[in-house]
Amino acid sequence: MFYREAGQFKTSYTADQAAFPIAQDRIFIAIWLFIGFVAVPLLSNEYLFRAIFIPFLILALAALGLNLLVGYCGQVSLGTGAFMAVGAYAAYNFWTRIPGLNPLVAFMLAGGVATIVGILFGIPSLRIKGFYLAVATLAAQFFLDWVFSRIGWFTNYTPSGSIAVPPVELFGFAFASPVSKYLLCLTILVLFAVVAKNIVRGRIGRSWMATRDMDVAAEIIGIRPMYAKLSAFAVSSFFIGVAGALWGFVHLESWEPLAFDINRSFSILFMVIIGGLGSIMGAFLGAAFITVLPLFLNQLPTWIGIEVSTAMISHIEFMIFGALIIFFLAVEPLGMARMWRIGKEKLRLWPFPY
Amino acid sequence: MRTFLKLKLVLLAMAAGSTLFSVPAVFAAEQFFPLLVYRSGPYAPNGIPFANGFVDYFNMINARDGGINGVKITYEECETGYATDRGVECYERLKGKGPTGASVISPLSTGITFALTEKTHTDKIPIITMGYGRSESVDGSVFQWNFPLLGSYWTAADILVQHVGNLNGGLNKLKGKKITLIYHDSPYGKEPIPLLEKRAKMHGFKFSKIPVTHPGVEQKSAWLQVRKNRPDYVFLWGWGIMNSTAIKEAAAVRYPRDKIYGVWWAGAEPDVRPAGAGAKGYQSITLQHSAGKTAVHADILKYVHDKGNGSGPKGDVGHVLYNRGMLNAVVSIEAVRTAQGKFGKKSLTGEQVRWGIENLDLDAKRIKELGIDGMMQPLKVSCSDHEGSRRARIHQWDGNNWNFVSDWIEADNSLLRPMVETAAANYAKDKGITPVTCKS
Repeated sequence: MFYREAGQFKTSYTADQAAFPIAQDRIFIAIWLFIGFVAVPLLSNEYLFRAIFIPFLILALAALGLNLLVGYCGQVSLGTGAFMAVGAYAAYNFWTRIPGLNPLVAFMLAGGVATIVGILFGIPSLRIKGFYLAVATLAAQFFLDWVFSRIGWFTNYTPSGSIAVPPVELFGFAFASPVSKYLLCLTILVLFAVVAKNIVRGRIGRSWMATRDMDVAAEIIGIRPMYAKLSAFAVSSFFIGVAGALWGFVHLESWEPLAFDINRSFSILFMVIIGGLGSIMGAFLGAAFITVLPLFLNQLPTWIGIEVSTAMISHIEFMIFGALIIFFLAVEPLGMARMWRIGKEKLRLWPFPY
Repeated sequence: MRTFLKLKLVLLAMAAGSTLFSVPAVFAAEQFFPLLVYRSGPYAPNGIPFANGFVDYFNMINARDGGINGVKITYEECETGYATDRGVECYERLKGKGPTGASVISPLSTGITFALTEKTHTDKIPIITMGYGRSESVDGSVFQWNFPLLGSYWTAADILVQHVGNLNGGLNKLKGKKITLIYHDSPYGKEPIPLLEKRAKMHGFKFSKIPVTHPGVEQKSAWLQVRKNRPDYVFLWGWGIMNSTAIKEAAAVRYPRDKIYGVWWAGAEPDVRPAGAGAKGYQSITLQHSAGKTAVHADILKYVHDKGNGSGPKGDVGHVLYNRGMLNAVVSIEAVRTAQGKFGKKSLTGEQVRWGIENLDLDAKRIKELGIDGMMQPLKVSCSDHEGSRRARIHQWDGNNWNFVSDWIEADNSLLRPMVETAAANYAKDKGITPVTCKS
């Protein structure tokens, strides 16, 4: 009933090719954009911005990038943290070495550097697949970790290897307040999500999906695996690189290589898997699940007024979080995005299911 | 109907719960302290006693004196797991609590200190990093809100070099000796490197460094390098599980334990106990105090533990890290007390407490009054010197106890100060901070 597209006629090619052909989807997106751009800034406090929304947005961007690679092109990567680090350190180096550079330009250049590094570490994917590729990208993680903590040039020879940057300043406006940072991240994320949505339903995205589903068949129908795989690595690394730059410049403002360690790679991969492989929506749902839920679980006992020791809270947090991951994967292996799709189908038939 | 009944019951229970917990609001003024702790994860063995000492002292002051001059101490713990992102989240969570917000924050992690330095500056909350944090933050004209009280890592490294110099009959006798630093591969572990490199150049000893990846349970290759190179001394800049692993590995490659010197974060019971007899002879620098009990411990046992409010095992009271957490609480409270002298006995803001830390002056008499005689040297903080004291001793583990094996050694400030000022000036330039002019 709610999701019925009956009566929505497509009368032009443009309407037929729209990103969201169903009116309900468009309304839904509009509501979310309204919530994101208007309701949240009005209703949130500093804690919500700094500890929840900003990390969520940036990690959602990284998850989006990784989803293009893992979900759409089927190339498993464990190097996300490293590509984020490339973005962050590249942005830092562009920004310190070119005085007066617009930070947005620095972020995009950083994305470019991450793209090059991503392609470089994507080359093994032409020969190896699956678990073996995951191990090859793991090499990227360890190698880049090592590079940033050992080679002083990248950190501008700071003695402790920790970098500090001032607030991002664009056209004379300093993004220092949490709201402005949030809006900056949200704008970038929305732009990138639109780009991602359009890439995956276009020629490139289709060539990725064909490669993912069966690479031999894809090759036979004329898709060049090298272009498909390397372009997936390139686009994905660009997204992740920009996310890394934002993570460093907007969220942390001061970071060390440990901020982009193997755990970051894993957590983003989990976001993609739990959220739903091959779904833009899934990246958002997964990022929300992984970033917000632990904080929620951690504070729940205090909110409902149960006195538990700090250590117990964090143990409970780990246990419930782990159990929920298993639960979600067991109940819906295709991720939360799939649950949402099932929900939509149910809503379509409701109240007369057959 | 039945669901409504259930709901009603839950609501009733919640109402009852909330009245129960809102009872202690009889004190008019409160001073809120956020506590960033880690009671889980690979650093928990060291994080737990520290947090217990902190909390026990707060509870003791509330129970014995009714707070700081009648202003009740409130606190809330937040688990960081030594992870920087969680630490920042905890800081954001706790900074606004209490009537006047957080008084002062002690992150107990150099990584978190780096991440919070700018944030505390804008939020006007002082940050006490007792024996850790940024070494250049000693310069209070640039780092107005950072207080690395009682010693920075550069101080620690300097004292260690002086100590091994003394053992050899003078710093110039170190020429040709080999000193290896085994460090936690994080800002924490890297902090002492500039100073050690400078000292190596001055005295002609060969300095090499071996990083150990977080959390530090895998150190075989590091210690095989030690076995190959046979350095005269090994400095250990580890934390948590990394320390006990290092000592075990040293025993495995038969590197003499009495040639290993830990930093003050690698010189407590949880570091040596797991290594068993292999740890005998191991030495470390102390952050002025060692293990042991003084008058204040008797009060803690009497007012907190005997009432059943102790936050850890009674046997841990007086352990090295317990004492350090306690001392951290002592200086925080004394800073508030100092600030109360100027601003009045009420809930103070972070900005007012900052004044209190900067004007903190604990002389020998006051230290005795506090019941921590022998645990710390007189501490006098000033605008230009946020460290307050640069003296330390070396202690050695005999298999059961820590014993002092050196006299007080003072770090050479004529060497440290120019380094601090250069690094602080660089920081100020990067961040666009105009240093304040210090009168003292």
